[in-house]
Order: sequence, then C-alpha cells, then structure tokens
Amino acid sequence: MRGMWRRLIDKYGYPKVSITILLIILISVASCQKGQSVPSLLVDSLIRIGMNGILVLAMVPSIVSGTGLNFGLSLGILTGLLAGCMSIEFNLRGGTAFFAAVLISIPLSAVVGYLYGWLLNRVKGDEMTVGTYLGFSLVSLMSIFWLILPFKSPEMVWAIKGRGLRTTISLTDRYAKVLDNFLSFKFFGNKIPTGTLLFFCFFCFLMWLFLRTKTGVAMTAAGDNPRFAEASGINVNKQRMIGTVICTILGGIGILVYAQSFGFLQLYQAPLMMPFAAIAAILIGGASAKNAKISHVISGVILFQALLTISLPVFNKMIPEGANLSEIVRIIVSNGVILYALTKVGGDECNG
Amino acid sequence: MESVNVIELKNIEKEYFGNKVLKGINLSVKAGEIHALVGENGAGKSTLMNIIFGMPVIFSTGGIKGEVIFNGNKVEIKSPNEAMKLGIGMVHQEFMLLPGFTITENIKLNRERTKENIFSLVFGDSLKTLDIDLMRKESKAALNTLGMNVDDWLPIAGLPVGYMQFVEIAREIDKENVKLLVLDEPTAVLTESEAEKLLAAMKLLAAKGIAILFITHRLDEVLAVADNITVMRDGEVVSCMKREEASVESIAEKMVGRKIERVVHETKELNADSEVLISIKDLKVDMPGEIVKSVNLDINKGEILGLGGLAGHGKIGIANGIAGLYSAEGEVYINDKKLELNNPKKTIENKIAFLSEDRRGVGLLLDTSIEMNIVMTSMQIQNKFLKPVLGMKYFKVKDSKKIKKHAINMIKDLDIRCTGPTQFTKRLSGGNQQKVCLARVLTLEPDILFVSEPTRGIDIGAKKLVLDMLVKLNRELGMTIIMTSSELAELRSICDRIAIVYEGQIQGIFNPMASDLNFGLAMAGKYNESEEGM
Repeated sequence: MRGMWRRLIDKYGYPKVSITILLIILISVASCQKGQSVPSLLVDSLIRIGMNGILVLAMVPSIVSGTGLNFGLSLGILTGLLAGCMSIEFNLRGGTAFFAAVLISIPLSAVVGYLYGWLLNRVKGDEMTVGTYLGFSLVSLMSIFWLILPFKSPEMVWAIKGRGLRTTISLTDRYAKVLDNFLSFKFFGNKIPTGTLLFFCFFCFLMWLFLRTKTGVAMTAAGDNPRFAEASGINVNKQRMIGTVICTILGGIGILVYAQSFGFLQLYQAPLMMPFAAIAAILIGGASAKNAKISHVISGVILFQALLTISLPVFNKMIPEGANLSEIVRIIVSNGVILYALTKVGGDECNG
Repeated sequence: MESVNVIELKNIEKEYFGNKVLKGINLSVKAGEIHALVGENGAGKSTLMNIIFGMPVIFSTGGIKGEVIFNGNKVEIKSPNEAMKLGIGMVHQEFMLLPGFTITENIKLNRERTKENIFSLVFGDSLKTLDIDLMRKESKAALNTLGMNVDDWLPIAGLPVGYMQFVEIAREIDKENVKLLVLDEPTAVLTESEAEKLLAAMKLLAAKGIAILFITHRLDEVLAVADNITVMRDGEVVSCMKREEASVESIAEKMVGRKIERVVHETKELNADSEVLISIKDLKVDMPGEIVKSVNLDINKGEILGLGGLAGHGKIGIANGIAGLYSAEGEVYINDKKLELNNPKKTIENKIAFLSEDRRGVGLLLDTSIEMNIVMTSMQIQNKFLKPVLGMKYFKVKDSKKIKKHAINMIKDLDIRCTGPTQFTKRLSGGNQQKVCLARVLTLEPDILFVSEPTRGIDIGAKKLVLDMLVKLNRELGMTIIMTSSELAELRSICDRIAIVYEGQIQGIFNPMASDLNFGLAMAGKYNESEEGM
C-alpha cells in the first residue's frame, strides 16, 4: 500500500494525486446528496474545461521560452475582448462573428505581445513580477478606454448615455455557444460542448507540432539555458519574443472561446485575475516556471476546473444557509487552489 | 603519533531511491593523519563526505545504515551544526563565502568575538559589540598557519580563487575544537604553486594533531602528503594502502579497476610548408578573469595545438573569443577568409566548433534529454534532424527516429553511461556530461575544434577516453584541434605544438618535448626568445 502510494506520488506528484482524491471524495459526496445530479456536474465541468483550455495552453510558450509563467496574460485577454467588441460593432453574427473576432484579435495581440516581449527582454529575471503589475495597470488603463472608445452598437453601450461599453455584453444574438453547439450531443439530458473541446484539442495539437519545429526546439533551448543557446547560435531574445507573442495571441483567442461559451463579454475589472486561474491550472498539471508540456495543460485544466465546478454545488448542499455562503466558499476554494498551485512554481525538485 | 581514531566509519550503507551508492564502507582516520580518499566520479566519495558532515540531503533521503564513531563515542550526525560541535570542519568544493564581507568577517562568521556593552548587559548576549581587534588577530594567526600573507580586512569579492580556498581552510582551522578537517578537492581550482603551498599547510596542520581527510583527483598530491590512501570504486572500498606501498600507477589502476596506459604518442612530423588554416591577428577578448590582450597566432591545418599557461592569464579567453561568447576585437582568418567575430552562429557555420570549459553553464541543457543536447546545435545551424510534415517542404519538425538513432550511436561510441537517450543531462556525472558535450560538437562535423579544459573534473577513465577521442579525430578525420588546458602534462601528451599564454599574450610556442624549464619560464613570463623549439 505504502509502496503504491510512493509510486503514485513519484509518477504524478503530490498536487495531482491529492486533488484527484479530493475530486473523487466530492463526487461520491455529491452522489449521496439529494437533488444533486452527478452527470450534470460532470458536463458542467466539461464546459468549463473547454472554456478555459486555451487560456491555460497560452502559458506553454511563455514557460518554455524562459519568461516564466505569464502573469501578464491579461494583455492578450484585453486584445481578445477588444476584437470581440469590434466583431459586434461590424454587426456580424454566428460563426462568422466568432471567427472574425479571432482573426481581428491575432494582429492586435501580436502587436501588444511584441511590445510586452520587448519589455520582458529588459527585465530578465523579474518577468513574473513585472508581468503581474503590467497586467494590473493595463486592465485599469483599459477600464478608461472601454468608456471612451467610439463603439456605437446599442447592444454594447450604456443605454442611458449612449456612450461607453457596458460591464457585461450579452452575446446571445451574436456568437454565444457557436463552438459549444458544434457537433454537440446529449448526455443524460445535458449538452456536451463538443466543438469547444475539439477546438481546444486542435490548438493543443498545433502547439505540440510547433514545439517540435526548429523554432520550437530553439525556444525550448533558450528557456532551459540561455548561455547554451547563445553558444549554439540561437538568438535568445528573439525566442523569448516569439514565445511572448504566441502566448499573447493564445490569450486573445482563449478569451473569445471563453466568452462564446459563457455567453457574455466581461469588460473592465473582469480580466484582472484571469491569468491566475490559468497559472494555477497549469501548475496543478505538473508544470513549473521552467518546464511545461501539453500533458500538463490538459491534466491541469481538467483537475482545476472540475474541482471548482464540482465543489460549489456540493458545499452549497452541505451548508443550507442561503446563497451568501456559496460565494464565500467559491472564493475560498478558487483562491486556495491558486495559492496551493503557486507554492509549486519551483516544480517538485527531487535531489539529484 | 597517537594511535587514537578520531573518526571511524563502520559498514556504512546508503541508498538513494533504491539505488545503492555506498555498500558497506569502513574507514578510520587517526589524529594527525592525512588520509586521502580517491576514486572516480560517482564512486561515492561525496556521499561519504556528506554523511560525515551531516548534510540534510542524507536524512531527507532516508538516512544511513552503519555506525559512525567519533572520538570513541558512537554518534549520529544529523546536521552540519552537530558536526561542527563535534569538531568536524569541512571545506567544500564550491566556495561558501560571503563575497561582500572581509576575510576576517568570513573566517569569524557566526563565531564572532564580542565584548560587553551597556545594551548587552541589559538585553543579553546578542547585542554585544564585536571585538574587531581580537577577531583580526586570530584570523591573521589562522592565515599565517597556512603561510598566507594577505590583508585580512580585504573583501572576499575580487580575491583570486586560490586565496578564497585558503580563507575557507583558515575558517575551519580557526575553530578551536576542530579535530577533523574534511577537504573536498581543495586543489582543483588552485595553480600548481598554490597547491604546493596548500599541501605544505596541510602537513603543518597534521603535525598539530588534526586529522585530515581529503578528496582529490590529483594522484601526485596524494603521494606527496597522504599517510594512508583509501581507494573507492562503485560505492565500495577497493583498497586501503600506506603511502610507502602506493604509486600513481597502482592507485590509478585500483580506481578504474583496469590497467590504464598513459596517453603517449609520437608527435606528428611537422612540414615546413604545412598550410596555415587559422591566422589570428591582434586578438583582444574581454572575458572577465581571462582577458586576452593581443594574441597573434598561426595554426596549421591538421595539427593539435595546445594552449597552456597559468589561470587568469587569458588562455581560456582565446577560444571563447573566437567562438563568439565574449566580445572580441581583432582579426581572425580561416583559410584566408575573414571570420566575423562576436557572432556564434557565423563561427559554427564556418565549421568551427567549441567545447566550453563551463560545462554546466554553457555546454549543456540540464533539463533536456541527452539526445536533444546532442543534436541541438546541429539542428539549429545546419538544419539537420528535421523532416517535413505531410510532405510540406517548408514546414519541418524534428525527426525523432533519426535523433534517437544518432544519439544511441553516440552513446555507444563515447561510452556515455546513462539509462537511455531520453535521460536528462543533469542526472549524469561530470565525465558523462562531458561526453555528451563532445557528442554534440562531433555532430556538427567541424573542421576546426576548440576544446577548453576537456578533462576538468572528470575521472581518469573518462579523461583517457576524451583524450584518445581527440587524437583519433585529428589523425583519422584530419580535424584541426586547439586544446586549452591547465594541465601541462595533458597538453604534452597529445599536442603537436604548445603555445603558452602569459598576461594575455603568447609567450612562446614549444615542442611538447621541450624541457620543463622552457615551459616553466614561459608560464612565468620570463621566456624571451619566441618560436624556439619549433
């Protein structure tokens, strides 16, 4: 028994094993609770996994290129949101609207990512701190811009003044659920978001392929040992730049996937803490600030989002004191998991 | 000499994750004895030292079996602090000094001499004033014991490495109760004269009754100072001999467990009309600690040229400058074509490969597999080991099959001891890491190979293999090799010509058979005729 435990820990690490056990406990508790539908909990988890997948995947290029966990992912999220608004402003609908938003977001994110990369190349060693605060400041700065940008579409602007974007913009008539509904089917009466999951898998595949190209390999080398990379004729700053740009682009696409599934664009302060959730997910998956793989992304996003989705209704049933507590529990659980994950930034080093 | 065992290890066993690294070690050191511990890298010497000094890594991985008896009492040393209380001093391979503190402050760190003042009378001992005068006096005494004349109020930062080593030892002997001093490769970073000084100091300390246990790779030193010699191999003691019975050959033989022959071979016939391949004109390299001031040198096609000299005189800077790792000025011509300096990519494209002296810092991707380490440079510069995806010519990904095949060949050819091509290089021992570096460089199929300190910190078996490999590359493939090394004997064993660098300039170029005197003079900057012995 102890030997098996040891082997499990050695193979998967503490975070994965302990969170999986917690999940199993939660699900068994849920199945005992009255009025709790385990299948719908599982499908809800799937939806959230699809929503967040690409945001978590965005961490990979940033980690392998050596800039560490990208706490400045909010930059990509902001450009994604901007592109999402533009697609509505152009009065597009359905799949066209979504893919137009994605296409618009890519050049925007690339430019922002380039500037961000330029900054990161000047603050080597402090990327994570600088990234966090750059993200915070730009979210605040954009809060002003959301008010003054010349958007006209009545669906988006404040009804009274006719100017300034609303805090949440409904996508129901635009591109809500376009991916979720693609090829979706019923599972115990709940719709599986097949399209979103396929979209996520497709991007994982692209990333996997990219990491095997010459540039991808050079990027990994630059991240592992910059001096080795220089000696091998690799331009380290360029690789870090490419990593940051790809990361920002994925952040933009990721938030659009998130928004179509959620059904709303959330502006103003909403992007503030989003990078933390993505970072927590990839860390729980087993990545560290220096090493990340696609498998870390997939297992991390599954564990993190499933935990968040399942724990809430289960706790709510246990504490029947009204809705106030559930919000508190949500904050405790999500921040608790983030805190736990952040203690794993250094990775699980064993003594070599 | 008393015959009391200061420390006695009985049947020590140690496992790391099911991997037995020590298999029943017995060892005892008497007061006033200098006991040398030799063995290849990975023989378990460092683990043994860690056990004696109670390093946390030992206990976090499950502790040890067996008994440690110190001064006649059975002890369990669970932390370095306990070891120090018992009177064990340790000098580590890596310096453990605070660069911003003075020599005295480092020696006296956490053992400061103090005197009372008003606050300390009220609030307790931690507020006592430092007694700087007494501290300096005692530090000076400790330094003098080692025969070192240096201002004890200088900061550590900026001192030559040799001095730092002495400061470390001074710190240990300054401890009043020190009974056993453990030195882990103390001479590895020292020049020959510094090493001699250190050995003399060790004898002095032993005469005072301190037991000394020291690890080294330099067998001459062992024979010079040790009273007893323990040879370890693969976690076992294979031999324990007295100095009188030992010789370099017998120790080396026991260490590797097979007979080794010296790398001797005939020097190549040098034709007067041999073609100049590399022509270096007024090269300046700004490498900290190894500044090259002005080097003029012609290197012939197909020769092995040695670059020797004392540490800090710039011999290492030459190769680093040409490889583009440190900013360089001047002119370098390859086959009469000017080489663009400060551009590592151009250098590699010109079929020049460089094996760095800083293996872990520059030579390896530590968190990457052996196979990717081997092919990385070749893939980036020469576009090898790539294959198109779905027939798309411009979209290529790494060719895992080819990489694996190549890596397995290299592992076999160079005898890299590993669990397989996907093992991370940080888990390999120094010698095997060096072989991975060599494999990477060979994958580039260079015409010109710069190697810096190829045998530093690796065991005799691997050393011989590396040197043989260099000779083979030169003789069979016609590769021109420029080898930089601090070990003159090594240069003399394989080079065709040896250039000695002194204060950033070439002092002279010698035939490897030239007399010791010539080499000695050149290293000291006293050799005036250039190009003698050509």
